[in-house]
Amino acid sequence: MALLEIDQLQVHFRTPDGINRAVDGVSFHVEAGETLAIVGESGCGKSVTAMSMLRLIPEPPGKIAGAIRLNGKNLLELSDREMRQIRGNDISMIFQEPMTSLNPVLTVGRQIGETLRLHQGMSKAQAEAKAVEMLTLVGIPEPGRRVREYPHQLSGGMRQRVMIAIALACNPKLLIADEPTTALDVTIQAQILELMRDLKHRVGAAIVLITHDLGVVAEVAERVVVMYAGKKVEEAAIGPLFRNPRHPYTQGLLGSMPKLGSSLHGDETRLAEIPGLVPSLKQKIPGCVFASRCPHATDLCRSVAPALELKAPNHVAACHYAPREGAMAA
Amino acid sequence: MFAYVVRRVLATIPVMAVVALFVFSLLYIAPGDPAAVIAGDQATPQDVERIRESLGLDRPYLVRFSAWVWDILRGDLGVSIFTNLPVSTMIAQRIEPTLSLMIVTLILAISIAVPMGVVAAWKQGTLIDRAVMAFAVLGFSVPVFVVGYLLAYYFALEWDLLPVQGYTPFSEGFWPWLENLILPAIALGSVYIALIARITRATMLEVLQQDYIRTARAKGVGQRAILFLHALKNAAVPIVTVIGIGIALLIGGAVVTESVFAIPGLGRLTVDAILRRDYPVIQGVVLLFSFVYVLVNLAIDLLYTLFDPRIRY
Repeated sequence: MALLEIDQLQVHFRTPDGINRAVDGVSFHVEAGETLAIVGESGCGKSVTAMSMLRLIPEPPGKIAGAIRLNGKNLLELSDREMRQIRGNDISMIFQEPMTSLNPVLTVGRQIGETLRLHQGMSKAQAEAKAVEMLTLVGIPEPGRRVREYPHQLSGGMRQRVMIAIALACNPKLLIADEPTTALDVTIQAQILELMRDLKHRVGAAIVLITHDLGVVAEVAERVVVMYAGKKVEEAAIGPLFRNPRHPYTQGLLGSMPKLGSSLHGDETRLAEIPGLVPSLKQKIPGCVFASRCPHATDLCRSVAPALELKAPNHVAACHYAPREGAMAA
Repeated sequence: MFAYVVRRVLATIPVMAVVALFVFSLLYIAPGDPAAVIAGDQATPQDVERIRESLGLDRPYLVRFSAWVWDILRGDLGVSIFTNLPVSTMIAQRIEPTLSLMIVTLILAISIAVPMGVVAAWKQGTLIDRAVMAFAVLGFSVPVFVVGYLLAYYFALEWDLLPVQGYTPFSEGFWPWLENLILPAIALGSVYIALIARITRATMLEVLQQDYIRTARAKGVGQRAILFLHALKNAAVPIVTVIGIGIALLIGGAVVTESVFAIPGLGRLTVDAILRRDYPVIQGVVLLFSFVYVLVNLAIDLLYTLFDPRIRY
């Protein structure tokens, strides 16, 4: 049994001008200890998916349907109290904005210790000792001093390390990282990714990495789910996905990423872009959600929504024209 | 920090000097001859002359002002024209009831208003929220004396739960002391509660949108700890500011409240002094109120550092 199973997840928001189907029937699973990346551009529903895994979507106006099973237990059926025992303990989360995600008026030590006191019943002194240990683990120098400091006394990179320390304090089975490096500058990004990879091996947690950055995906993920307009459009292991993307959207995403070693001059190496924008999620789209931006779209695409099909072993995509195993079209 | 406190205390000197100048001029801003004004309609010319001399009105203005300031600095606030008692003695006799009323009102108001505002923000848009907001509007718009008389009528006269009026010194026991202060404190505090509840709600609404509240939720922190620790501590600075500003409101309201509930405090002393044109007493009381207000402001600035580590002096 998979550690986490997302089954036909739907997250809808009621807004004054209609229902926003932010996530519309997404299914995937996460094995214990693996790193799964969820990729897509802004507004594709990847962050909402992440938030709904911890039931952090405010209800109302949000509404979560489907099933989110952790070790077979559907989280959507738990009481608020039972859900609180999962949060920060079995599943924890780190966010995009390290500058604003820590409470400015509580010490770093208190914020790390809080989860330990909540979930492991530690005393104040034990929690502080463990907080120092966690700060050491995430590579913060002088942890004994830092533990008494406030977030504004730390740099962005250090704050994200603190967030990681908070998330890993209770040895979670699953860590959800929502754009953990997006707000950091490039050298710090690499350090944080390295840290996450290193800690994952030590703690043995599975990671769901939410990102729009395929460079980050290539670096850490083992399997990738590509989302577009609230739907899963492709899923595959990292190698096949990068070598053989089946869905035109994935191909577009990869095409818009510069390749190392390619020339920066000349027409053939020009970075491709995907024209247009993610469609509004407020109307039901009759055909394929990507049809309006797809270079290969036909009348079939605009009228009939393609189902997710197995295009190769362990490789699914939702496209009428995506080639099956072997037969690669141009 | 210590250097800051010293600097702030020194900075109160010019403020107090300006206040003193105004308070002193009070006597001379009143139209006509101050001595005649003080003496009143039935005074003989001898009375007027005596008052003129006792006030030193024959000397130049600045000389009189410096002499007055010099006396105050030595702790001499002058002598009441009406009772012939030193003003400082009269204030000392009246300070306990007013101080008690202020403290009880402050504690009552904060312990009611802050939870009210927090819950209203948490339950934004619900019936609870609307009830709190309606109460806040009511609290603002109904004058202290109306609330006071209503409370006295029902709780004291009709239901006989609490004393109608008067004051019992603290030395005669906690409950007798408190019993007399409950109704006046509610009357005086209603505006104050409305003010604090509103600002608490507004600030909390903003704080609850912040990323760190989401982080706390993701950690599995319970609703109560999120509201009263993670959010409220971040909302504390504006709330504390309003509590401090509101103390000026309380000082003004105390004058009315003490009249309604016949509490022999500084408010009553002020009203009596104004009615009798007892200028030395008026000056002394106003000076004291200003000084208290300046100190409260200093205390608030120092309290900020307690709630927000980013504020350092």
